[in-house]
Amino acid sequence: MTDPVVSLSKVEFAWTPGATILDVPSFSVEKAERIFLRGPSGSGKSTLLGLIAGVLTPQSGTVTVMGQDMATLPGHQRDRLRANHLGVIFQMFNLVPYLSVRENVALPCRFSKRRKDKVRQAGGIDREAERLLGRLGLSDDDILDRSVRQLSVGQQQRVAAARALIGEPALIMADEPTSALDADHRDQFIDLLSEEARRSEAALLFVSHDASLAGLFDRAVDLQDLNAVKSGVAA
Amino acid sequence: MGTSILGLAWRSLMNRRVSAFLTLIAVALSVALFLGVEKGRNAAKAGFDNTISGTELIVGAPSGPINLVLYSVFRLGNATAEISWNAFEMIQSRDDVAWAVPISLGDSHRGYRVLGTTPGYFDHYGYGQGQKLSFQDGARFDDLFDAVLGAEVARTLGYELGTPIVLTHGLGRAGLTDHDNRPFRVVGILEPTGTPVDRTIHVSVEAITAIHVGWETGTRNPLADTITEDMIRSFDLTPKTVTAAFVGLKSRGSILRTRRAINTNRSEPLLAIIPSQALAELWSVMGNAERVLLAISAFVIAVGLVSILTSILTSLNERRREMSILRAIGAQPAHILILMILEAAVLGFVGAILGVVLIQALFLIGGPILTAQYGIALTGTGLGLVDLVTVGVVTLVSVVLGIFPAITAMRRSLADGLSVKL
Repeated sequence: MTDPVVSLSKVEFAWTPGATILDVPSFSVEKAERIFLRGPSGSGKSTLLGLIAGVLTPQSGTVTVMGQDMATLPGHQRDRLRANHLGVIFQMFNLVPYLSVRENVALPCRFSKRRKDKVRQAGGIDREAERLLGRLGLSDDDILDRSVRQLSVGQQQRVAAARALIGEPALIMADEPTSALDADHRDQFIDLLSEEARRSEAALLFVSHDASLAGLFDRAVDLQDLNAVKSGVAA
Repeated sequence: MGTSILGLAWRSLMNRRVSAFLTLIAVALSVALFLGVEKGRNAAKAGFDNTISGTELIVGAPSGPINLVLYSVFRLGNATAEISWNAFEMIQSRDDVAWAVPISLGDSHRGYRVLGTTPGYFDHYGYGQGQKLSFQDGARFDDLFDAVLGAEVARTLGYELGTPIVLTHGLGRAGLTDHDNRPFRVVGILEPTGTPVDRTIHVSVEAITAIHVGWETGTRNPLADTITEDMIRSFDLTPKTVTAAFVGLKSRGSILRTRRAINTNRSEPLLAIIPSQALAELWSVMGNAERVLLAISAFVIAVGLVSILTSILTSLNERRREMSILRAIGAQPAHILILMILEAAVLGFVGAILGVVLIQALFLIGGPILTAQYGIALTGTGLGLVDLVTVGVVTLVSVVLGIFPAITAMRRSLADGLSVKL
């Protein structure tokens, strides 16, 4: 069995000293595994994603991403690890408003040579962006050159998904990406995202408060079971 | 692809193009003002120094060097005393003197000063880099009642060759004290020089004597009109006094010795000054105002630069999201820092370049007009080191100022992590 993509061990995190909001004894994401992480808002979901992404540092414990102990890496190498191996989708406002669809999708290649090379092997930015957007249901001819401001929320989320997927990162983290979508679009979006993640053998960590989505994933985890801190009111 | 860090900075600015444009305008105008003042004052200084050239000494009655240069060269104010014709002839006949030209001031025509002199004035008076006076029309005065007009006089009053003109005693308005019994005729009009010559009416020293026949008491003697022109022509019209004399030396090396000799003259107190020295002294008096102007325009640049800071600081909040997106994608804190600093640098650099272009365009369009209308040739207003230094300094200061919002943005993006609560 290969190393897990992400593994957390005895991780404790507090925004202010003494007020621990996250205490995760053990959690891991295996290669190409699609996990549904459920938790009400304020349960520390975003904090957990921040720890995995390496933009937050735990007070104790170890976070390992792609076999690398984040605590031992200097900041710029954590940033590089994130650029190379992680794709992130937020709840909304995922896109840089002044860039075109093409530029938004291509943005990770700007910060990761690894993903840029992968895209080049796959036939170039335009082709790969067009392919991903097409797979996600955005197949208009001029889609690449459009301003992201002209897109609906649903379309924006798909562009964000394409950006997360481009260059085949090992892990896609999605933080409530469907909460702004209606039910039909939501299921369709998750299907497409799962399918593309599977195709590129990326693990998917999907965070939502909506337990009804759990059936669409390989495994469902409740953050409240994961987290030894039970207050549930922390930010 | 337009997504290099510089590309991002540019696109982000274009996204806020109205505020960015206004900031650019502020920087451009402040830089243009500064360069305009700097170049303008250098051109003014050069033009000022070029008011008179080729004249080694100016001799007048003792007052002060600035006073003497003001009335003899700039036709400003009045001489408190004159020098005798004997003294003038004494100077003219000195062995070390190559030429001497008398000038006699006191009358005017519609606000323009009248200068009595000899034809030698047109040979010897020089301005700029040794240019001599030249005629756009007609020739120098020959007859007693001939007048030669400076370019501005002819242009403003619309005079042509042959136009009769009546001089006014003193500097008052035309009317009661007109020399209307002795009208002059325009025989020559000079090319523009950009010097007070343009605003002067030149006649012979003899003419000055002639029109004052019957004015010995300071006002017109009722009998003056009974003296006919023929009678006047028969008089000896050599003046008894003149206001000052322009002097050229055979050798510039003797300038200090000659000046000393004239200043210590025993028969009559005289003051000899070196024009360039007196001009420098005069400029140092006016120079303070010009330095104040420069300081003010430097402060205006500071205001322009602060507007860069303001525009970036006010954009920080609305761009928090943008920063966290970039961070999530893998941007390092240093990228955020550089992005913000680059924006400041772009605003400063582009603004400064626009300012340089603006002021150059202004000089390019305004310069020929100024030369054509007033004969003022602006020198040294082209692109120069000062433009390069100004653009460099403005860009550099923009970068330094940009560090502050950049650090704020970087700190925030670190604290925000992946999620921004808006």
